[in-house]
Amino acid sequence: MYATPLINQKTTLTPRSYDGHTSIFLPTVATITDIKTETRLEKIFTIRLPNGQNLGQIPGQFVMVSIPGVGEAPISIMSSPSRTTDTFRLCIRNAGDLTNVIHTLQVGDEIGIRGPFGRGFPWETFFGKDMLIAPGGLGLAPARSLIDQIIDHRTNFGRLIILYGSRNPSELLFRDVLAEWEKRDDVELMVTVDRPNDTWTGKVGVITTLFEHVQINPFNTVAVTVGPPIMYRFVTMELLGKGLNPEQIWMSFERRMKCGVGKCGHCQVNHRYTCQDGPSWTYAEALAFEEAL
Amino acid sequence: MSLYILSKEKLPEFVKALQAKFRVVGPVRTETGYEFDDITDPEQLQLDYSTTILPPKKYFLPQHEVLFQFHSGPNGKGNKHLELRPIYQDVQPTVIFGVHTCDMNGIMLYDKVFAEGFRDEHYMERRAQIYIIGIECLHPCDEASFCKDMGTLTAPPIYDLHMTEMDGHYLVDTGTEKGERLLQENLYVQMAQKEDIQRLGQLLSAKWPRFRMRLKVSKDQTPSLLALGYKAKIWEQLGDRCLACGSCTNVCPTCFCFDVEDRMDINMQDGERARVWDSCQLREFALVAGGHNFRGKKSERVRHRVMRKGKYIKQVHGLLGCTGCGRCERACLVNITIPATINGLHDEMQLESGS
Repeated sequence: MYATPLINQKTTLTPRSYDGHTSIFLPTVATITDIKTETRLEKIFTIRLPNGQNLGQIPGQFVMVSIPGVGEAPISIMSSPSRTTDTFRLCIRNAGDLTNVIHTLQVGDEIGIRGPFGRGFPWETFFGKDMLIAPGGLGLAPARSLIDQIIDHRTNFGRLIILYGSRNPSELLFRDVLAEWEKRDDVELMVTVDRPNDTWTGKVGVITTLFEHVQINPFNTVAVTVGPPIMYRFVTMELLGKGLNPEQIWMSFERRMKCGVGKCGHCQVNHRYTCQDGPSWTYAEALAFEEAL
Repeated sequence: MSLYILSKEKLPEFVKALQAKFRVVGPVRTETGYEFDDITDPEQLQLDYSTTILPPKKYFLPQHEVLFQFHSGPNGKGNKHLELRPIYQDVQPTVIFGVHTCDMNGIMLYDKVFAEGFRDEHYMERRAQIYIIGIECLHPCDEASFCKDMGTLTAPPIYDLHMTEMDGHYLVDTGTEKGERLLQENLYVQMAQKEDIQRLGQLLSAKWPRFRMRLKVSKDQTPSLLALGYKAKIWEQLGDRCLACGSCTNVCPTCFCFDVEDRMDINMQDGERARVWDSCQLREFALVAGGHNFRGKKSERVRHRVMRKGKYIKQVHGLLGCTGCGRCERACLVNITIPATINGLHDEMQLESGS
């Protein structure tokens, strides 16, 4: 009744034809073309689909990454559509059995990819708006798919404010890119860490402490926050305090997923499937689910 | 479509004729009750059975279903190379005899779940080869049944053939072209006459009072009752009793949630990926890699199951997720039942509003 219209089947790589059959569970075999160690826990993998096919994602979507024999898990896409050619990138944290094995892979190794799946951020509907993007921790990886998209269409948007919070300086992602953003006149970047070390000269505190340093126009701002579940409660309070409506606040949900195609049941939030109807939801939509936050 | 008469004595011959072309399964008697199993001897078929431990869902969604096989080994350059081959398991012409009307309602939901949104070819390929021969329920299975409440007392329009036992023979209704062709396979049926059809009408009317109602609210009210009762106390009480064993979801004709498992051969290069029945009642069901569990409490999981049956599935697929078959009630070790839960919630809500 409600759920199906949000399903975006146009951009998906699967189901694909194979021996006259189509299977929504059969991954496409893709090749790792580059690996960059980002932090102690995260690596960035550059992945090439067969024949350099474009992934065709929307910012905020995810892919299911397979290591046959080990398993499959949802991973947010780090690349913006504007920077996706014959390859795309995933920033993967070593956090479980599967990602542990992914971290041992080498350039040239093949992995399985299904997707892109889910409802991304409808970035084209944000044209003309000031953008306030507040990622926490690893949330900067999916947020980058949107930030880079905005930067590459910079004239279509108003201000671009990025408030990034990390637990400690060693876990900061994309330091080179943060430095680039810092230099730009058209990006307002603020970074904070919960636990500074001796060399840290920046701001200290949880992400919400950054909000007092920014003034926004609540009538023309879209906020996007990506991070751990606990963060959303506090970030949304700050945003509401700045005068934003729940409809102006977007967030991305993390859930256990086994299929990515709205069948296996694991990612249900009330009657919604995060893998199909999400992972991107407005706070207004999330408020309608008892189980969301 | 059309009504035929099949005499009871000719049933074994009909089954034999089908066996020449199809895998034939149906309810058989076992030490512990009835179960759906392969029919090797037509005499095994028990059409006058009460209920089975598992619904026939195992033929639609096998408990362990291989999705693809893989080979993962080094290529010439020493890199990991992948080869994948999809598997469509248990795709074979199969006739399922003696499906109760509640279970047909469960299959009708499956047909929507796996066809809507992303079409699941593993299911659809198998489904296309399955012939459903229903049996009209003239008596309730037992005290746990509440099919009358759930509106599953009559056959939904998904059967290929549907049989009603009447005066020593079966009245056979053809629901599909597929079913029509099944009947053409044998010479034992004859067209039903006007009197037979009148007699069938009497028989079906007479069954109504034999079934009792167990719910205090109609099935159409359960979604709103559940919506309003999300924060009710009953969920905590049920959570305290629930053992989180997953028996209820295993035996449920509408449960379809699955986990995905990889199995590696001992050579560490070949293997297969399969989906296996999973249960939202198990602790790990909504656990993510970072350690956060989105339904960590039993009360939340019990509530999720009941919400899914009585509300969520209807919101997504337009049908309720409970057929009133009573299997979860029979399987539950601590006597958690859908009727007592719905009625208990109703009572609690009535009290709340009265105070």
